[in-house]
Amino acid sequence: MSFLVRRLAFYLFTAWAAVTINFALPRLMPGDPVQSLIARAQGQLNTDAVASLYILFGLDKQTSVWEQYFGYLGRLLHGDLGLSFAFFPTPVAEVIGDSLPWTLALVGFTTVAAFLLGTGLGVLAGWRRGSWADLLLPVTTFLASIPYFWLGLIAIAVLAGPGGLFPASGGFDPGVVPSWDWAFIGSAVRHTLLPAATILVTSMSGWVISMRNMMVTVAAEDYITVAHAKGLSERRVMLSYAARNALLPNVSGFALQLGLIVGGTFLVEIVFSYPGVGFQLFQAVGAKDYPLLQGIFLVITLTVLAANLLADLVYVALDPRTRKEG
Amino acid sequence: MALPTVDITPVVADPVAPPGRGRRRFRFLANGKALTGLCILGAYVLFAVIGPWVAPYDPSARGDELVAGPSARHWFGTTHLGQDILSQVLVGTRSVMLVGLVAGIVATVLAVLFGVTSGYLTGVVGEILSALANVFLVIPVLLLVIIIASILGDADDLTIALVIGATAWPWSARVLRAQTLSLRRRDYVEAARATGEPTWRILGFELLPNLTAVIAARFVDTVIFAVLAEIALAFIGVSGVSDWNWGTILFWAQSQQALAQGAWWWFVPAGLAIAVLGTGLALLNFGIDEFVNPRLRSVSVPGARVGLTPVVPE
Amino acid sequence: MTPVLEIRGLTVDYGVGAESVRAVRAVDLTLNRGEVLGLAGESGSGKSTLAYAMLRLLSPPGVIRGGSVVYHPVDGGPVDVLTVSPAELRLLRWAEVAIVFQGAMNSLNPVHTVAAQLTDVIAAHEPGSTATGRRARARELLELVGITADRLDAYPHQLSGGMRQRVMIAMALALEPRVVIMDEPTTALDVVMQRQILAQLVALRERIGFSVLFITHDLSLLVEFSDRIAIMYGGRIVEAAPAATLYRDALHPYTAGLLGSFPALHGPRRELTGIPGSPPDLRAMPTGCAFHPRCPRAFDPCGVTSPALTAPSEGRSVACWLHEN
Repeated sequence: MSFLVRRLAFYLFTAWAAVTINFALPRLMPGDPVQSLIARAQGQLNTDAVASLYILFGLDKQTSVWEQYFGYLGRLLHGDLGLSFAFFPTPVAEVIGDSLPWTLALVGFTTVAAFLLGTGLGVLAGWRRGSWADLLLPVTTFLASIPYFWLGLIAIAVLAGPGGLFPASGGFDPGVVPSWDWAFIGSAVRHTLLPAATILVTSMSGWVISMRNMMVTVAAEDYITVAHAKGLSERRVMLSYAARNALLPNVSGFALQLGLIVGGTFLVEIVFSYPGVGFQLFQAVGAKDYPLLQGIFLVITLTVLAANLLADLVYVALDPRTRKEG
Repeated sequence: MALPTVDITPVVADPVAPPGRGRRRFRFLANGKALTGLCILGAYVLFAVIGPWVAPYDPSARGDELVAGPSARHWFGTTHLGQDILSQVLVGTRSVMLVGLVAGIVATVLAVLFGVTSGYLTGVVGEILSALANVFLVIPVLLLVIIIASILGDADDLTIALVIGATAWPWSARVLRAQTLSLRRRDYVEAARATGEPTWRILGFELLPNLTAVIAARFVDTVIFAVLAEIALAFIGVSGVSDWNWGTILFWAQSQQALAQGAWWWFVPAGLAIAVLGTGLALLNFGIDEFVNPRLRSVSVPGARVGLTPVVPE
Repeated sequence: MTPVLEIRGLTVDYGVGAESVRAVRAVDLTLNRGEVLGLAGESGSGKSTLAYAMLRLLSPPGVIRGGSVVYHPVDGGPVDVLTVSPAELRLLRWAEVAIVFQGAMNSLNPVHTVAAQLTDVIAAHEPGSTATGRRARARELLELVGITADRLDAYPHQLSGGMRQRVMIAMALALEPRVVIMDEPTTALDVVMQRQILAQLVALRERIGFSVLFITHDLSLLVEFSDRIAIMYGGRIVEAAPAATLYRDALHPYTAGLLGSFPALHGPRRELTGIPGSPPDLRAMPTGCAFHPRCPRAFDPCGVTSPALTAPSEGRSVACWLHEN
């Protein structure tokens, strides 16, 4: 499958690029960033932190850039992402490891649900042109234009808080110990519902619009007329002939959208103080915790790449034209 | 966050004949969606320009009424420091529009440069440029922007705009590349090449005019993204909290626990401002979409369904 | 000569209201049982619109504004295709009247195998059929058109143009219809392939015995292949006659012009004449006869009133002031 091989090669290349960008960024910033960092941290950094900062920014004069680069790569392969400043001396990898499952749960669930629901609605809206379907457009456009996190704020104000239906923040009730038991999972699910709902509402709208447009374009293709001429049932034509083809660009687009979806999810986490990677990013930014920031960037990028590869696998399964000739 | 319309297989419009372009332009304006979108955009641009002058108060000036609801003196209420929120929204419009438009222009120019050339030039060069663009597509751009901006420290609007523009161009470049690839095979381009027209002329005079609709749509999408990114950056506290933009308002609302205090007026206007701007831009994009792909226009024939031609006796 | 499909006064527009364009104007056409009726005309003459409108397959913004399309089944009374319910229409489609579309890449669903596309229509019309039965049928159909069974699980993009066209023909015959409409079935193919496909069609017709409405812009094909020929211009039928009669003695100047546009392979050399000018813009039709601006024999009444379709002799009809009684 040359298509998959090419994609894999591309992802490896991108992974390398991400790693290298991560390495290069602090070294490209002008001025002496370490001094300004120390100044801004106002004495909160101890000597160890200062030393690792120097190494981080490549200002460690004792080693050449290449040595630093390969040292960096070596450490990465061992899963060493450095030490966090804000949670000093906890390794970055451990900090991220705590929060990653929450984000994965949130993003994974909402993304898939939004895609399925949005695509389904888009199929119907694109197939049955006319009053209600065309009215749907302005509504979904507006919904898709709302920033996730603002909707989250509104949702909290309206639906959550003391006396409200949903919990306002956090990933689980305070006082509940994280463990694999029903109390914890139940509490976690309840806390996830509202953030998930806000993301779902806005991102679903985007899928509705793009699926509807694709359905309209596909409906004008000859093979749809042929399908009707064959006397096939309306449902079969809509699903098996039209939607099946209209889905393809959306599946490949889905993978590309992941980067944006992740960004939006992070903002929602911040609003809800949901203990995911996004919330940690927020704290890292506030604390100027560069190792953690960079670690998050790397982990998220690699996760997105993996998800992209998965989406590509799905695409190959759906579109016979990408498979090797017969 | 608005997800731009996925157009991986772009619909290519037929080439535009130079005479009569004026008529086509007006027909485009007649599209209700495009018109509404343009009006909304125009209103925002207007406020971006006159905002600081019409704002009733200095947005940073503290006042006496703390966290007060909307009233005659303060249409949108006040913050924890007694600052007038209406003024903050009005003044913030300038920053948002500036960043949005500058980032949009930067990204679109880069996208045209890279996308069209990589689409036109076959072989290794095109593939390399395409791979470069794809790398940035897959990497979560917002994250990158956040990291770069926070490393840079308190960045001003222009820097933010440049950072966003530099990271947002690959999306448009990819679309433009796909479009250029399909236009390339059209007869008039082949004819131009056969008659020995220099590459830059072909790019500038044959391809670009037919790409205008797509470029316009990409520009609008990038502006949407830039606005949202800038708001997000301010909300997280990455960009300077001294300049006012809608994200900063939300930042203060969040950090001052506006929700817990029930001060809904603090964050509703800013969010609505974003949502309405986003909607306006999206409508504009729909107008462009429908202009390029007439099939998307609302159906005019009653009861029309694919596969069942209506019978409407005269 | 019993009719199997009778079209009377069919009028088709694109769009409604002020923006509408009339593509087919009050067309009368009869297809008899067992015959091949050719329908010729330039692009924009309305012949494809007619073919699709006949079964209500015209995509939006097409609208049928009037007329009737009466189908005479083997058993049971005649039905007007335009007025039956959608459910009955669905039963009628393909089982009684099938269409061979131009086999370009787009006529076959790119994500389904050949077998799937051959069998789904059988499944839709014969609910009692089994999967194995259907697959066997699909194999037979491919054999009919000379394609080996190993192609059953191929996807459309893996087939050549000629093969795709033959799959379209096989597909059309899946339910053994009484009428087969062929819309430019060989236009996208090279001449050699064209001959092969036509020969195959002739053989199939002899074997199964369906009537054919053959639509094309290539009159030379029709002269050879059809029993009767109808000529369309500007949305109207301007002449209809048996093929040999038309070739020998065309009444309408447009037909004469068409015949003079292609050389005969045999017989004396003659000069190609062609027709000056271009087909009319449907949005701005000339007054009177649509052809009169290009007609070498136009005279006074031509630019004023449109001539009606009359029958100057048995089995012939023409719409021209030169032949009005």
